[in-house]
Amino acid sequence: MSATIELPHDVTPHPITGMYNGKFGVWLFLASEVMLFGALFSTYVLLRVGNPEWKHGWDLGLNIPLATLNTMILITSSVTVVMAWYSLQINKFDTARLYLWATVALALGFMVVKYFEYTAKFSHGITPKSNLFFAIYFTMTGLHGLHVLGGVVVFLYLVGPGSRMWLTHPEKYTNRIECTGLYWHFVDLVWIFLFPSLYLL
Amino acid sequence: MSTSAAHAHPGSGHAHGHGHDHGHPAPGFWSHYVFSTDHKTIGIQYGLTALVFLFLGFCLMLVMRWQLAYPGQPIPVIGGWLPKSIADAGILLPEGYNAFGAMHGTIMVFLAIVPLGVGAFGNYILPLMIGAQDMAFPRLNMASYWSFLPGCVVMFASFFLPGGPAQSGWTSYPPLSNIATSGQTWWLLGMVFLITSSLLGSVNFIVTTIHMRAPGLTMFRLPFFVWAQLVTSFLLLLAFPPLEAAAVLQLMDRVAGTSFFMPEGLIISTKLLTESAGVFQGYSGGGSPLLWQHLFWFLAHPEVYVLILPAMGIVSEVIASNTRKPLWGYKSLVFSVIFLGFMSFVVWAHHMYMTGMGQAISIFFQATTMIISGPSVVILTALLISLWGASIRYTVPMLFATAFLPMFAIGGLTGLPLGLTASDIHLHDTYYVIGHFHYVVAPGTIFAVFAGIYHWYPKVTGRMMNQFLGKAHFWLSFLFINGVFMPMFWSGMAGALRRQYDPLMQLHAETVQGLGVMTSWSAWLLGLTQLLFILNFFWSLKAGAPAGENPWHATTLEWATEYTPPRHGNFAAVPTVHRGPYEYSVPGHAADFVPQHEHA
Repeated sequence: MSATIELPHDVTPHPITGMYNGKFGVWLFLASEVMLFGALFSTYVLLRVGNPEWKHGWDLGLNIPLATLNTMILITSSVTVVMAWYSLQINKFDTARLYLWATVALALGFMVVKYFEYTAKFSHGITPKSNLFFAIYFTMTGLHGLHVLGGVVVFLYLVGPGSRMWLTHPEKYTNRIECTGLYWHFVDLVWIFLFPSLYLL
Repeated sequence: MSTSAAHAHPGSGHAHGHGHDHGHPAPGFWSHYVFSTDHKTIGIQYGLTALVFLFLGFCLMLVMRWQLAYPGQPIPVIGGWLPKSIADAGILLPEGYNAFGAMHGTIMVFLAIVPLGVGAFGNYILPLMIGAQDMAFPRLNMASYWSFLPGCVVMFASFFLPGGPAQSGWTSYPPLSNIATSGQTWWLLGMVFLITSSLLGSVNFIVTTIHMRAPGLTMFRLPFFVWAQLVTSFLLLLAFPPLEAAAVLQLMDRVAGTSFFMPEGLIISTKLLTESAGVFQGYSGGGSPLLWQHLFWFLAHPEVYVLILPAMGIVSEVIASNTRKPLWGYKSLVFSVIFLGFMSFVVWAHHMYMTGMGQAISIFFQATTMIISGPSVVILTALLISLWGASIRYTVPMLFATAFLPMFAIGGLTGLPLGLTASDIHLHDTYYVIGHFHYVVAPGTIFAVFAGIYHWYPKVTGRMMNQFLGKAHFWLSFLFINGVFMPMFWSGMAGALRRQYDPLMQLHAETVQGLGVMTSWSAWLLGLTQLLFILNFFWSLKAGAPAGENPWHATTLEWATEYTPPRHGNFAAVPTVHRGPYEYSVPGHAADFVPQHEHA
């Protein structure tokens, strides 16, 4: 039913905000995500400050070099998604597709590393129940991991069946990559806060 | 210009017309009525679902009021139908009382009032008022409803679990909620669906309001209803995620045995919890029950503004139209509602004064709480002054809207001794609190919702509701609703505690038991009165007088749709706005109103 109506500012930016609808929507969504992860970070701070015998992540067996690798993987994936968007802007769809696949691959690489980290803990009998640190560690990295997977699903759609839109509405398709890229940068940013909070400090 | 008579279809009481789809084939039943992306259909879906749950939530309380008026006595007629987890031999069990209480609050707040105020009125009216053809993201809008409905189903289904539904209050404080029966887990899952629905909806509302306004409709020409919805959407967007986080944490506690909210050494019924069977065996401790309270109230305080702001928006529109003059103090209304939105994020711990907070932090929250009462008073005053010198038409919506003003005033004023720490020591967790917040939501918001339904029913259905039934509904409701809630202030001041299965548990509560009986009888009579509304609502669909396109002679854009009821696309052509929203009784004009879109 929505196909019968042309909605304004679907693609053209609005004079007040300078954004098209989807971009404004994604920024608002990211504001809510800031509140979500902010609540969890606040939880972490409150629990840690309230427990004087708090043990550090590295004392409890967290692998810092592996997590550093993961950080580099995610940062690189943020670069590749921007390169994909730029390639679309200069009309090079095939290059964009390569960059999108690279982003997906890097994201999946991140999840593979996380899989090894988690299974290593489980095999040593360390679960979220073990202590408060691991409770917050698994919850926050788990929720972050779900957000990574969500992004992967969207990227797979856009590089797969959704890529048909490039042929009919190239500007709208480019905008979708931009919006997903914005979401992806946020996912990356959350990790950049998670990594020092849980592994380094 | 078109009237519903010229485009009458069989069953034109339905809110959609068929046929005029600009050359596209008519949609099938499922994509037209069920999986629709049209904001009007979605608004109606939200409205009908929410009204059903409003009724259900009310019925829960009617059962509880029997136990409160006649403790230990079997409930007449329906007592035998209640499941074993709720009642035994027709007598409400303590667990059943707690379950009904928790679900009454949850259902009224999350499944009734917010979906009515935002999902129904917001979705249906907002795009029309700004001259838009639909919301910015129609499919996201559909997803929002279809996330809401599963949440409702989960909440409703939880009543039938062996251990009953959630029973730790709508506030779900741990450790009690952590160790509660499986109903609590279902509550948490239901909340995740409902929160997701709100988040999707709020993004839609904000982008639509900023981006999709008709040419000439500047922000300061928006009807106040739209401003109220805009601020409400920001509250939903930013305040709900911490509750989502808290729900995730409590799910982890209940399912994975973590200790986010569980302190060490907890003893339940003389046994150490850590030695129990099940998920809490050997739990690590170190968690904080207060953490839940902070996360919960960080949402739940802005949530109460989500409950009232759409109501203020509705009342403003009804008052403007029925006084035939512009609202007084439009700019003060707008700035107040924006300021209110900001302040609502920094008052939450006034719900936590009795948790052992330090003096400095108590003083901070007391100060912000006092400050936040300011904008509410400005809004109320502006609406009150709007009545001054007006040529008031006491239509049914206007009766409800006018009554809203003193009722909200009572609710707001009784909030002050709760917001002040010293008096809150005596009043916290008493019936005074229940009286305070119900005055704001019940004769407050719900009256505004009724005003809105009576006011916009002609637009949505093309028919007028019956005046006599409407006036009877109003006067009886007004009488009985005050009978329900006014006695609670005295009960509370006498020290009668809330959430008590046995109202005679404390000796001093015996002195005010008579007030409780009065409340109960008023509630049952209030329930019977609503049958007038239900009758009117359904009867008028088929037999109400045809409304025409603008029966109230109002100025705002929703009355200027191509058809009544409006069809897909809403307007014949995108309207251009030439003036503000309340140009009533303009000197020199033949008519006593000048619609926003009428040419200069």
